[in-house]
Order: sequence, then C-alpha cells, then structure tokens
Amino acid sequence: MIMDWALLTEWTIKSLVLIFGLIGGFAYLTLFERKVLARFQVRIGPNRAGPHGILQPIADAIKLIFKEELIPAKADKIIFIVAPIITVIPALIILAVVPFGPDIRLFGRTITLYISDLNVAVLYIMSVTSISVYGIVLAGWSSNNKYATLGGIRSTAQMISYELALGLGFVGPILLSGSLSLVGIVDAQKNVWFFLYQPVGAFIFWVANLAEVNRAPFDMPEAEQELTAGYHTEYSGMKFALFFMAEYIKMIAVSAIAVTLFFGGYRGPLVDQFPVLGPLYFLIKVVAFLYLMVWVRATLPRIRYDRLMAFGWKLLFPISLGNVLLTAVGIGLVGITGNNLWLWFIPVSTILFFLLVSHFAQGAVAGGNK
Amino acid sequence: MTEMYEHIDESTLDGMRTLVTEEAVEGKTVLLNMGPQHPSTHGVLRLLLELDGEYVVNCVPDIGFLHTGVEKNMEAKTYTKAEVMTDRLDYLNTVGNNLAYCLAVEKLVDLDVPPRAQAIRVILTELQRIASHLVWLGTHALDLAAMSVFLYCFREREMILDILEMCGGQRMMTTYFRPGGLWRDVPVEFEGAVRNFIKIFPARIQEYEDLLTNNPLFVERTKHIGVLKPEDAIRWGVTGPPLRASGVKHDLRKVRPYSGYEQYDFDIPTQSDGDTYARYLVRIEEMRQSLRIIEQALNKLPYGPVRSNNRKYVPPPRSEIGTSMEALIHHFKLWTEGFPAPKGSVYVAVESPRGELGVYLEGDGGPKPYRVHWRTPSFVNLQVLPLLAKGHLVADLVALIGTVDIVLGDVDR
Repeated sequence: MIMDWALLTEWTIKSLVLIFGLIGGFAYLTLFERKVLARFQVRIGPNRAGPHGILQPIADAIKLIFKEELIPAKADKIIFIVAPIITVIPALIILAVVPFGPDIRLFGRTITLYISDLNVAVLYIMSVTSISVYGIVLAGWSSNNKYATLGGIRSTAQMISYELALGLGFVGPILLSGSLSLVGIVDAQKNVWFFLYQPVGAFIFWVANLAEVNRAPFDMPEAEQELTAGYHTEYSGMKFALFFMAEYIKMIAVSAIAVTLFFGGYRGPLVDQFPVLGPLYFLIKVVAFLYLMVWVRATLPRIRYDRLMAFGWKLLFPISLGNVLLTAVGIGLVGITGNNLWLWFIPVSTILFFLLVSHFAQGAVAGGNK
Repeated sequence: MTEMYEHIDESTLDGMRTLVTEEAVEGKTVLLNMGPQHPSTHGVLRLLLELDGEYVVNCVPDIGFLHTGVEKNMEAKTYTKAEVMTDRLDYLNTVGNNLAYCLAVEKLVDLDVPPRAQAIRVILTELQRIASHLVWLGTHALDLAAMSVFLYCFREREMILDILEMCGGQRMMTTYFRPGGLWRDVPVEFEGAVRNFIKIFPARIQEYEDLLTNNPLFVERTKHIGVLKPEDAIRWGVTGPPLRASGVKHDLRKVRPYSGYEQYDFDIPTQSDGDTYARYLVRIEEMRQSLRIIEQALNKLPYGPVRSNNRKYVPPPRSEIGTSMEALIHHFKLWTEGFPAPKGSVYVAVESPRGELGVYLEGDGGPKPYRVHWRTPSFVNLQVLPLLAKGHLVADLVALIGTVDIVLGDVDR
C-alpha cells in the first residue's frame, strides 16, 4: 500500500515535471528561435524585456492571455474551440515514452527517468503525433474562412505524404534493436549510435519530421506569405497561443525522438558512472536539433505544396522503403555469417541507393513545372 | 466620358459575371479576395482570385487603394515646387523620379545642365536602382519564405540611403535634383562613401546568389513560373527587367541616352526564358552593371558648377543674394511666382528600375504646368499579372507579384 502511494507520487511528480518542463521549454524555445534567427539575419533580437530579453516569453504570455478572443460570427463555435485543444494535447503527451536518462537512485528508491516504458512506444508516438493534424484541419474548416480552409487542406495533403516516410524511418532502429520500446532502442545504442548504421534513415526521418511539425521549408499550412496565417488566421489570444504552443512543443518532441532513435538518446561518455549526466547529454542533443531547425528556417525558401507531395511520394517514400529493405538484408547477413561487421553493409548500401534514386528521381520531382 | 468608364459593381451577381467565369457564379470554383491587406501584395494591391482548388483560374487586379492624386496636385504648383510630389510616386526610385521630372522641365524651358551635375545624377540614380532592386530581391525572397535574404538586402540598402541622406538631407524623399542641376554639390565624404560601397557590394551580391541562384527550392519555385513571351511583353507595353528577361534588348539608357549615359560602358543583361527565374537573373546582373556605371562616373567626375547659370530658371547661390540686387530679385521671383514655361508639350522617359518611366508635361505659358501625366512602369507591368498567373498555384502568385516588381505608389498616382 505504501509502495503504491510512493509510486503514484513518483509518477505524478515526473509527469508534472515533464509537462511544466515542456511548457517552459516552449516559452524559451520561442526566445531561442528569435535570438538565433536574429543572429542569422544580422539583427539583435528581443532585448527589451529583462537582461538579454529573457523575460520576453513572459511578456508574450501575458499579452496572449489578456488578449480579446474573437470567434467569427459564422464559425462553428464548438469545433472552433475544440480544435486548438486537439492540437496541443497530443504534443504534450508524446514525450511520455521517451527516456531522459538512465535509472537513478534517490531517497533509497530507483527512479526511472521516463514516465512509461511502453512496449509499443514507437506505435504510440506514430499514432499520437498524427492526431494533431485533426486539430489543424478542423480549425481551418470551422473558421469559415477561405484562407484557413486552404491551410487545413494543405495540412492533410502534407500529412498523407509524409506519414509513410516517417513511419518507415522508425523501422530502421526497430530492426537494429529488435525492440519497439524506446528504452530498449536507447539501450541497444550503448556502443554505436544508430545514426551511423542508418544515415539515410535518419535523414529521411528528420525531413519528414520537419513536415510533421509544419516547420520551414514545409510550413505550408500556415504559409504567411500566401495564406496570411493559414489555418489559424481567425484565431486570437490564448487559442492562437495553443496552436503556437503545439507547434513548438512538437518541435521539442520530435527532436527528442530523433535523438532517441538515432543519436543514442541520453547516452554519452561516462553516463554509466554518473547517471545525472544522462539528462544533460539529452538536453544538449535536443538543443542541437532545435538549432538545426531554426537554421533551416533561416536559410531555405518554402517548397510549393504540390512539389512537397511529389517529393514525399516519389522520392522519400521509395528511398525509405529501400532503406528498410537494405537494413533487413544487412541484419540477415549478420545472422547468417555471425559477423557483426556486416552491419556496416547497411550504411554503405543505403547511401549508394539514396544517391542512385535521387539522381534518377531529379527529373520526376524537380523541374516538373508546367 | 462617363460611358467610357463603365462601373463594375462586384456586389451584384451580374457585376461578377463580367469578371469571372460562369463556374464561379455556380459555386464550382472559389472566389478569394487577396488584399488589399495581405502580407504579399506589396502594399495595397487587391486581387480578386477565382480558384479551382489552389489553381488560379482568373486573377483580377483591383487598384486605386493608394490613389494620391499626385498628377493633379502637380498642376496646382509651380514647376519648382511640384517636384516634391515626384518623390512620392515610386518611393523606391525617388531620385529617378526627380530625374525624369527635371529632364522634362529642362526640355520644356530649354535649360542646360553642367556636366558635374549630370554625372552626380547618374551616380545617384544608379545607386537608387541598386537600392530598388535590393528591396525587390529582399521582398521577392521573403515572399518565397527565404527570410534572411530580406534582411541582408536591407543592410546594403541602408548604405545607399545613408549616401542619399548625405547628399540631400533625406533618406528617401530627397528632391535633390532640381531643374537645371542639383540642389547643392555633394559633400566631401560622398566619394569615399560611394567607393566604400563599390568595394563591399560585389561580395554581397555573391552572398545573395549563394543563397538563391542554385538553391533547388528557389529554382523550383521560380523556373517556368509566369512565362512572358516576348510578343506578349511588347503587346502589353511591358518595359524594364520583365521585358529584358523575355529576350527583348530594350533599355532607354542605351536606346535614348539621357544625362550622359552614352559616355559609360555597360551591358544590358537579357535572358530568353521570360520566367520568374530569368527576371531574377536579369535584375541581379543589372545591379552589377549599375556598379560599373557608378565606378566609371565617379572616376571621371568633372569639377565645376552643379547648377545652370540661367538665372531665369535656376535660383542664384546663397552667397550672391546678399551682394547682388539682381540675384535677390531672381530669388524672390522664382520662389513666389515661379518661372513661366513656354506653351508646348514634352515627353521625357527614363529607365527606372521597373521600366520606362515617362513624364508628359504641358506648359501653357504660365508658371504652373497645364497638364502633368506620368507613364509609370508599375502600372503598365501590373496589367500582365492576370496573363502570368493563369493556371498557376496561389503559392506561385505571390512569386509573380514579386517578380513584376510593382510599387503601389507608382501604380496609383
């Protein structure tokens, strides 16, 4: 009985830390993005609220909370209100299955640094991340605004084109580790990060992730220059902030998942001796990926949405299929010969395959304008 | 007259029928109102779009949201004072507008301009051309969401605006060129500042090109988008970079040189594809050619006066007013009554960054123009937008608005 009570407390505390960590992370991710973008663009960035602008997220939050929330007269009111909630909740719960560090001992108890070691964690992530697109489509539709509807339609098209490549990106680490649990996948990367065995898989996974979280250059649903603000054109105040929050929390989440699947999760030098280093390594790796996202946004123009679908179906999908096949062949060779060196067959063959396909697919994907 | 301008009432179904296809009235296609408040319409352009999915079936530009009545206002002012209105037309090419107007007045009253003033006019106009192309490049890239290029372009534009401020005291609305010459000579720092810009800028153009020219995403968004055939371009009266990108080598600086352009050695960049990418390449190359002109003009910048000595039209220098009775009288007459221009009409056209910028002036013997008309390139070039947009996606439409390079102040005047 005492044990149950302690376990419950542990879970509650861990969940609260995760949720508040994500919300705080979201707030400071906006500042991080604005600062980094500013540096890319020879600007200074926010520097008025507090030293170096560190109070800027708080000022933004106060503004958004107290702002008037308008609901268009002809909007579908219930769906209009529910849509941002549908978008933000999946973003908040994705990270429940991601391990942040090895087990640590606190107050005589072994504390695991994850909320739940789900045995089908990868499937859980796949299904939860897909839910938020419903929020976007419904938001676009319920606003009764043509720009918003176009944004909603774009996001469905985008989602259909990218889910498959994203799902197949998961398969590589699953095959290599033989586990669907993220804890298992991290443990399997004790010696070699899967990035080295799966360079193509990691790349495709990352590209599909950018599309998944509507980040540049795949930010078509909200393409500001084309659709004013896309699906959230009619949203204001905290409802708008929820969409914003969902996008940024998902940025953190997909970075964390990419780190877990391909870059050894919390693993790093001396982690087994000092478990506390685990979360630190994890954080550094996640921030590196977030930086990459901002960098991409600062550099690349937006891809057009019909091109995006062509890119997803004609390039990413076949390459990721081939990647899965070659990974399976590599693992099969290890099984037959019993020699682990055959694992290096995977990166070599997949990179060659990637170059081959992208060379031949160039005509099919690019330059197809009428 | 009233029958000529048939009013189209969009609010009625019959009014709509004249603008869009029957399918839109039946509800098979979607009507979308883009602008006047839209981030990518470069000001207050309104486009009525008929969309089939995201494909543009019809695109009807609706202008007039920035109508300022500049032409009419100019007719109520003396020739000297009307010049301040010209800056407000195409606010990205202010000294270019000044130049066109001054050339027209000088032609009307037959006034000579000293060579030094002519050379300085060329330097500043070319600097302004670069600044205008920088704004175009920045906003064009921003429309395609390459946001950093925008800020890099504005960094360099700031250097040019500093030079303009150094000369005329204003960053944009300089009114620095006056009929008969310049307001005053350039300051001593001018040459150093321009030379510094010439030194820095080629590397900066390279920087933009590194980011865009071979970027597959940018090429994909611009190549084969909005192809303008040369015969269409000529038929619609398109001038400037869009015309040259369609393969027609026409530039007023070469065809009908003014202000001493014939002395400088420069090329007219052309492309044959006529698409958005070709227009991009033409404008990038034009910036390089402008630099060549600036450098040549600066190298052989003659010494001498910067204003004509014809006191009937050009105010005397400040120093003379205190010592010479005639100078005082001239000054008083010029700034109160203005100078009378002979009866007759002139048309002068210059090559603005956007194309042929023409001024038509009609004098009636009095100190104010009887009629002023501006042939503005933005207005004419905008007319091909529906032609370019048909069949493309909404996403391409923003690229097309950018590539036509309109300034709404230039469209509605």
